[in-house]
Amino acid sequence: MMPDDTLTRRAFLGVGAQGAAALVVGFYLPACGGTRETTPGRAGQAFTPNAWIRITADDRITILVEKPELGQGSRTYTAMMVAEELEADWSTIRVVQAPTVPAIYKELRTAGSGGVESTYLAMRQAGAQARELLRTAAARHWGVPRQDCRAVNGAIVLAGTGRRLSFGALASAAAALPALAPTEIPLKAPEQFRLIGRAVPRLDLPAKVDGSATFGIDVRVPGLLFAVIARCPYFGGRLRHVDATRARRVPGVHAVFPVAPLPRRFNTAGGVAVVADSSWSAVQGRRELVLAWDRPAGEPESTAGLRRVMERAVLGPATFVAVDRGDVVDALRGASRVLEADYESPFQAHATMEPMNTTVDVREREIEVWSPTQFADEVQREIAELAGVALDRVIVHMTLSGGSFGRRYQWDVPAEAWQVANVMRRPVQVMWTREDDFQHDFYRPHNRQRLRAGLDTRGRLVAWSTRIVTTPIAATNLYTGYTESPETLRDPATIAALEWYGGDIAPYAIPNFRLDYAPADSVVPRSWWRSVASSYTPFAEESFMDELAHALGRDPLRFRLDLLTPGEPDADRLRRVLRLAAEQAGWGTPLPAFQGRGLACRVNGTCSAQVAHVAVDPDGSVRVLRVVSAVDCGLVISPDGVRAMTEGAINFALTAVLTGAITVKDGAVEQSNFHDYRVLRLSQAPDIDVQIVSSTAPPSGVGELGAMLAGPAVANAVFAATGVRVRRLPIESTLLRRT
Amino acid sequence: MPSITLHINDHPHAVDVAPDTPLLWVLRDTVGLTGTKYGCGMGLCGACTVHLDGEARRACQILVSSIGSARITTIEGLAADRKHPVIRAWLAEQVPQCGYCQPGQIMQAAALLAGTPHPTRQQIDEAMNGNICRCGTYQRIRRAIARAAAETA
Ligand code: FES
Ligand code: FES
Repeated sequence: MMPDDTLTRRAFLGVGAQGAAALVVGFYLPACGGTRETTPGRAGQAFTPNAWIRITADDRITILVEKPELGQGSRTYTAMMVAEELEADWSTIRVVQAPTVPAIYKELRTAGSGGVESTYLAMRQAGAQARELLRTAAARHWGVPRQDCRAVNGAIVLAGTGRRLSFGALASAAAALPALAPTEIPLKAPEQFRLIGRAVPRLDLPAKVDGSATFGIDVRVPGLLFAVIARCPYFGGRLRHVDATRARRVPGVHAVFPVAPLPRRFNTAGGVAVVADSSWSAVQGRRELVLAWDRPAGEPESTAGLRRVMERAVLGPATFVAVDRGDVVDALRGASRVLEADYESPFQAHATMEPMNTTVDVREREIEVWSPTQFADEVQREIAELAGVALDRVIVHMTLSGGSFGRRYQWDVPAEAWQVANVMRRPVQVMWTREDDFQHDFYRPHNRQRLRAGLDTRGRLVAWSTRIVTTPIAATNLYTGYTESPETLRDPATIAALEWYGGDIAPYAIPNFRLDYAPADSVVPRSWWRSVASSYTPFAEESFMDELAHALGRDPLRFRLDLLTPGEPDADRLRRVLRLAAEQAGWGTPLPAFQGRGLACRVNGTCSAQVAHVAVDPDGSVRVLRVVSAVDCGLVISPDGVRAMTEGAINFALTAVLTGAITVKDGAVEQSNFHDYRVLRLSQAPDIDVQIVSSTAPPSGVGELGAMLAGPAVANAVFAATGVRVRRLPIESTLLRRT
Repeated sequence: MPSITLHINDHPHAVDVAPDTPLLWVLRDTVGLTGTKYGCGMGLCGACTVHLDGEARRACQILVSSIGSARITTIEGLAADRKHPVIRAWLAEQVPQCGYCQPGQIMQAAALLAGTPHPTRQQIDEAMNGNICRCGTYQRIRRAIARAAAETA
């Protein structure tokens, strides 16, 4: 089956080739008298649109969405923002993925849960602009003042007359009008919203419950072949020899050939491709290959060795001071009591349920790509560069993705799929098996953090220092010769974003604070992983905060509230979510033996507090019974969407808290499938209660905060239940065993 | 290769594949029914769950030669008219996120309810424990199963 929810480039160009860079809203007219007559929209002045609205004479409204649909509901929520201002009839809305036309669609990506934040205003403006043009068209038609024409549920109605013209009937007249600058267009006040903030069923779900949703791995085009690649298990290793005699004899196998590693920013391992007429035949063929690999020079990496390096690096010199307020050295020297603790978390895999894949068809004049990517415009650029063709010769269809969590922000998979398809010159789907996926991921960095805090004679927190040591993302390609990296490693903004983000303890009011950073070398490729550095920095900070509270004999909730200065905006927001979460969770009420509650909170645009309630069994296993999450994420587009994303983020993080770890031995990843990288399963999933604080501030993302707080909330709950402090994830049950 | 006839969603399909091919790949690559998903290939994730004579089974672990005349139902067959109570409950609870695991979840839940129309929470947890959802929709899965059970009361 062909994916039908991406407009083809040709259909797109047929609609609006002229003045494309400045198009604001395109009104698309349907076939008329056998010829397709189209009218491009108008040029807007200082406005670069993110999407198009198309209204056809049959009253159907198509909204083009740039952000990929990874499961976060982006298509529905973007459409809601447009339809809200447009006053459209929701039942006439259809959403399609915007095509890769870089002159117009510049945001074919999602990262950092920025979907809602970056589209909110632009999408409402696009809707409002279409609405105003439709009102003008109706006013002219009736010969009445514009203020008498109101947009209501898919039509313009004339006040006091009962006369109405549907959007479809007005489409062609509106298309002929000059555009309005977005600043001239009034936006609705939040009290007037009738879609935003309401329960609107997600548009992508019907296809996801009947098997018809087309993910990348489901792309079927005529003549499609399937391929897998045998990659060197040792990072940085190379193919020495391959004997493919037996592989070629496997029924269904068409071709076997080496694929060169792509160094630099692609970071593919290379190896041997096996192309067949089914995925299974390709896998069978790969099994029959006789392979010899050259290992990289030097001592092979192991997790045990890396941990030793990190134990030293928390004490050694910092390469970078990120934050320095007051005088920490002096304040620690003068403190009456100093506490110190190290926290550690390992590499983590993304383990998206849909394994990596991309389908590529290399034709004479163009290259067509179907990929479950988070970053379609970059895939287009990279493949054009590899193939040495102009950008507009590469068409990228961004399919649905079966999870991403940051993994599909890399373009290694499309690049190697192009390599294979370029040899075959017919459509090929390169599929990763689950084993490939676990062994050749770009992992969340391994990290260790040393925290020190100074208390004065009255028990006040006067100084705090954090040393963060990670295997830096910024250097991930160093071992394959990514020479830009040493520079990147000195760039404060890059280091901040990639390696220590979330490490600043603000808005806690602590007069002397210092955060510094040191890298640790590793051959393991690293990358973004749901919430990046913030997936491990709050584990250290919020656990340490708990340690300090207990060391002072204070209630962890009270202790935090006292550190938040009233009147400071972020502090006020945090106090509110802290109180709400604590109240909902029954903070302070008694629990049975070996059960406990733990608290954690954070501001990161969105502001959130979490209370986890755990039970620790005699064998030391931790059961998370309930999590209450209070969220202040500004104006809420979809309350159920916020709940869904928060539930998902907490469950995703619980894998890393309870069971998941990627370890390295002998230069290769030890885990290979769900038996040795154990992910959270339904019987372990807590009841999750998401409390949303109402707000009219601009919306902020919620895909990550839930993930940041589950670690410290659970670790603090384990302490409350057992008195044992967890300083390393995943939690080792042997430390908690009572029998 | 001798052709094998499979009975999928009430239709016979003659397929020419090696007898040791797992049903999963026959469905996806030969018959073109891509609603059944590949997640692990080792019976560990449940993404490939189908019904064999009404029973939930992992298609990645069933060799096509072992099926004989058993009736195979895939998500496309179960959801054909969108009327199945599990499908309706899944939409009512807005369960899916990325959606990739959901055909397997739905097939597993439908088989559970066919055998145990009113499962307890523990029975739900046990029956669904082999189906991984990385997006973490577990709470909604529990709720949707309870809803479907209540509807068929
Ligand atoms: S693919 Fe069959 S259980 Fe995972
Ligand atoms: S919905 Fe994405 S894996 Fe379950």
